[in-house]
Amino acid sequence: MQEHDLSFVRVEMALAQSAPPSERGLGAWIRKNLIASTGDTILTIIGIVLVAMILPQVINWAFISAQWTGTDRTVCATVAQGGIQPDGWSGACWAFVNAKFGQFMFGRYPIDERWRPILVAILFVALLVPLLIPKVPRKGLNAILLFGALPVVAFILLVGGTFGLPLVETSLWGGLLVTLSLSFVGIAVSLPVGIVLALGRRSNMPIVKMLCIIFIETVRGIPLITVLFFASVMLPLFLPAGVSFDKFLRALIGVSLFAAAYMAEVIRGGLQAIPKGQYEGADSLGLGYWQKMGLIVMPQALKLVIPGIVNTFIGMFKDTSLVIVISMFDLLGVVKQNFSDANWATAQTARSGLVFAAFVFWLFCFGMSRYSMFTERRLDTSYKR
Amino acid sequence: MASQEILREEPSRGSFINDPKIRGIFFQAVVVIVLVALVWWIAQNVIANLTRLRIASGFGFLNSRAGFDISESAIAYSSDSTYGRAILVGFLNTVIVAVAGIITATLIGFIIGIGRLSHNWLIRKICTVYVEVFRNIPPLLVIFFWYSGVLAVLPPPRESINLPFSSFLNQRGFYFPRAVWGDGSWLILVALLLGIAMAWFVARKARQRQMATGQQFPVFWTSTALIIGLPLLAYALSGFPLSFDYPKQSTFNLTGGFQVRPEFLSLYLALSCYTAAFIAEIVRAGIRGVNKGQTEAAAALGLRAGPILRLVVIPQAMRIVIPPLTSQYLNLTKNSSLAIAIGYPDLTAIAGTVLNQTGQAVEGVVIMMAVYLALSLLTSAIMNVVNARMALVER
Repeated sequence: MQEHDLSFVRVEMALAQSAPPSERGLGAWIRKNLIASTGDTILTIIGIVLVAMILPQVINWAFISAQWTGTDRTVCATVAQGGIQPDGWSGACWAFVNAKFGQFMFGRYPIDERWRPILVAILFVALLVPLLIPKVPRKGLNAILLFGALPVVAFILLVGGTFGLPLVETSLWGGLLVTLSLSFVGIAVSLPVGIVLALGRRSNMPIVKMLCIIFIETVRGIPLITVLFFASVMLPLFLPAGVSFDKFLRALIGVSLFAAAYMAEVIRGGLQAIPKGQYEGADSLGLGYWQKMGLIVMPQALKLVIPGIVNTFIGMFKDTSLVIVISMFDLLGVVKQNFSDANWATAQTARSGLVFAAFVFWLFCFGMSRYSMFTERRLDTSYKR
Repeated sequence: MASQEILREEPSRGSFINDPKIRGIFFQAVVVIVLVALVWWIAQNVIANLTRLRIASGFGFLNSRAGFDISESAIAYSSDSTYGRAILVGFLNTVIVAVAGIITATLIGFIIGIGRLSHNWLIRKICTVYVEVFRNIPPLLVIFFWYSGVLAVLPPPRESINLPFSSFLNQRGFYFPRAVWGDGSWLILVALLLGIAMAWFVARKARQRQMATGQQFPVFWTSTALIIGLPLLAYALSGFPLSFDYPKQSTFNLTGGFQVRPEFLSLYLALSCYTAAFIAEIVRAGIRGVNKGQTEAAAALGLRAGPILRLVVIPQAMRIVIPPLTSQYLNLTKNSSLAIAIGYPDLTAIAGTVLNQTGQAVEGVVIMMAVYLALSLLTSAIMNVVNARMALVER
C-alpha cells in the first residue's frame, strides 16, 4: 500500500455558491427584462408612458369616480346636464347597470316567471361543472343528461304552456338568456353536423362530396348577417302559406348552420392529419366505415383539433350578438336598447353599459379558451415533437 | 401459373348488398332524389308565396327609381338614382372600409404580434393584454363602443377639438383639409407612377448586380428619393397647382374640408382593432414556427440582427402566416357587414333597404351572397398569388 502524496481526491462535494449579486434579485430581473439594451430602454420608457397615460384614467373611471347606486340619471349627470355631479366629472355609471341588471339577464321575460330561467341556469351549471372536471366519474351519463335531458327540461321550463306553466313567447326573451341558449344549442348542433359535413367532404362518393363542398364554401364565403337575413326573410318564403315558425328558432337554425360549416373545416384539418396507416389498420382489422371513423379516426382527429373547435365555439358565442339585426335582443342588444331610456340618458350610460357587456362576454370567452388550453395539455400524449 | 390465376380471380362477395361500389351508388341516388324533391317543393312554395303576395320576380327592379338617400357615397348618387346604382354605392362603401381596415389591421397586428415576442417584459405584457381583451369580445360590441361610447360623446361642432394640420374632431366626425387639384396636377400623378416604375427597375438591377458581384446598392434610399422626389419636382415644375380647402368654424357646423363621418370612423377603427388581435396571434405563431437553428445559422454566417429578421426569419415566417392571414382578411371583409347596426351604408345595409322596399327578398339575398362570395374569391385569389411567390421552392 503506497501512499500517493501528490494526488488529491476530493471526498466531499464543494458547496454550491449562490449566484453573483448581478444575476439575482430585482435588479438583475430589471436589467434582463426591461433595460437590456438602449433600444430596450427606449421601449420600456414608451411602455411606462403608455401605461401611465391609460391605467390611472381607467381605474379612476371604473372604480374611484364611479357611481354604484342610484335610481335615475341625476346620479350620473353633471350639474350642467341636470344632475348632481360636478362639471368635468367622468366616471362609470354602474348605477345604470345595477338598475337594469334584471333586463340584461332576462330581457322582457315576465318578472314573476324569472325563477324558470334561473332554475335552468342552476341545472345547467350543475350538469356542466362535473363534465368539465376530469376526475368526476360517470361522464357518459352526465353527457346524456346535459345534451339529451337538459334541452327537453329547459324547453318545457322556458317556453311553458304545459304542466300549468304560463306560456312565455320567445319574443319576450332577451339578454344573457338569449345569448346562452343560442350558443348552447348552436354548440350542441354544430359539432355533430360539422363532423358529418367533414366526413362527407372527404367521402369517396362524388355527389355527396360535391354537395358538402358547395354548402361549406358558400356558407364560409358570406357574412353571418346575410345568413340571418336568409333565415328571417327567405325561410318564410320556402314554406307553404300559413306555416311559419318562431323567429328565435330561425335564428337558431341560421347560427347553427353557419357554425357547422366552420366546424367542418376545423375537423377536416384533424382528419387530414391522421396518418394513412391508421385508416388502413382499421380496414385490415375488418372494421366497417362507421366503426373505423368512430373508434379509430375521430377520437384522434378531434383531440388534435380541440383548440380549433373551441375557437369556433368562441367565435359562435361572440356571433350570437349579431341577432340584433333581425331585431332579437341578446345581452348586447338589450344593453343597446336601454341607451334610449330617457330616465338614464347621460354621457356615461352607453360607455358603462357596453363595458359591462364586454366584461360578461370576455369572461365566457376567456374561460372557454383557458379550459381548452387545460384540456389540450391533459390529452397531450406527447407524440408531437 | 396456378397461384397467379387464383390471385386474378375476383374475390367472391356474399351478396351485392355488401359491395361498396353498389352501396355508394345507391346511397348517392337516394341523396339526389331527396335533394331534388326538396328543391322542387321549395320552388313550388316560393312561386306560390310570391304570386300570393303579388311580388314580381326577376332583376328588373334594379332599373327603377330608388327613392332613398344614402349618407355616404363614393360616386354621384341621389334619391332619383336607380336601385342598381344604390347597390353599387353600397358595394363601393364595403370595399372602402374593408381595404382601409385590412391595411390598418395588418400594421397594428404585426406590431403587436412582434411585441408579444419581445424580450422586454413590459412590452410583452401590454401586447398580451391587448390581444386577450380584443379576441374575447364580439366585434359588434367594439363597434358600438367606438360609436356610442366614444364618438357620440365628443363635444358638439361649436366646441370641436383642434388637432394638428388644421383638422377637427367632434360629434359629427373627423374633419381634415381637402386637397384641391389645380391645372397640371396630372403631371404629379405621372411623376409618381414614373418614380414607382424606376424604383422597381433599380431594385431589380441592384439585385442582379448583387447576385453577380456581391456589391450592395442602397435600394431603399434610392427608391424613397425616386418615389417622393419625382412627384415633388413635378409639383414645383407645374407651378404648385395643389391647394387645400380647410375646414372652418361657422355658426353651427364646420364647413369645407373633408368629413369622415362617425359611422365610417367607428366601423373602421373597430374592425382594425378587432382583427389586429387575431393577426397578432398569427404573426406570433409564424415567427415562433421558424426553427431557432435558422437564426443561429444566420448569426454564424455573420449577419446582423436586422438582416437576420429581414432575410432569414420573416421570409420563412410568411409561409406560415399567409394562409391564416388570408382568412382573417376575409373575416374582416365579412365583418364589415356589421355596418348595418350603426347605419353605415354598406352593401348589406343598402341591399336590406332595397329588399324591404321592393319585397324582392330572393333577388336581394342572391345579390348579397353573390357579391360577398365574389369578394371572398377575389381576396383568396390575390393571396394565393402572394402565397405561391412565398412558398418553399424545393430544389
